[in-house]
Amino acid sequence: MTAAELMREEYEIQGGNFDRAGEISSEIKGTLRDLGIAAQSIRRAVVVAFEAEMNVVMYARKGTLTFILTEQEVELSIRDQGPGIPDLEQAFQEGFTTASDEMRELGFGFGMGLPNMRKNSDELRIETEVGKGTSVFARILLNSHE
Amino acid sequence: MRLDEVRDVLRCEVLAGEEDLSIDVQYVVASDGMSEILAFANSKELMITGLTNIQSIRTADIAGCSAVVYCRGKRPDSKVIEYAKAKGIPVLVTRMVMFDICAVLAGKGLKGVS
Repeated sequence: MTAAELMREEYEIQGGNFDRAGEISSEIKGTLRDLGIAAQSIRRAVVVAFEAEMNVVMYARKGTLTFILTEQEVELSIRDQGPGIPDLEQAFQEGFTTASDEMRELGFGFGMGLPNMRKNSDELRIETEVGKGTSVFARILLNSHE
Repeated sequence: MRLDEVRDVLRCEVLAGEEDLSIDVQYVVASDGMSEILAFANSKELMITGLTNIQSIRTADIAGCSAVVYCRGKRPDSKVIEYAKAKGIPVLVTRMVMFDICAVLAGKGLKGVS
């Protein structure tokens, strides 16, 4: 942990477990609220975390979510062992989806996940390799959108 | 518009948060797509959906929605209701369809978000 980090937590995400999907993001929300972080910053951070968590649950066997809080920002790193994204530019288009009917019945996979993550991040970087997995790195500045 | 007025005009049954019906709502977000809710909700909206699984309440919590109204008479199971209670999110259910709910609430002066 570097000096600038106030908090660092790492969580395991279980692919395919829809009952628990979103629990990690909900826990992060509680943590940030308890620390007195501004509501709008919390909302942006947890929307990014939630969408990323749901993507791992829907598409990957497993993954990890690392949450880092500093004085200035929330940093999220989500790494999965999933199928990877063949065309990242296409995946960012609103409405584009590769979701199954089952995923859509659960209320996800309408092609808004990655656009939502980009909209709510101050910096979003995705590294992906087909057959290996995807890593998402997001920074959400605190108090920049009050 | 207070939540107890919403209950009355939509003829809702209250499944959770009976004690919180004095909450005032001004904006509505309505979809069965949870990412759409997350894309458009800003803060404290009334969420209308036909999706009754646990993700509907998680989405309402993450998006900061004030309360959830399930349409078409769809009822969540008890686990979902308990989760909503734990999160302090009032839950109502009406037999009306989403279009009619939105029309009624718009007629009462509530606004959508986009």
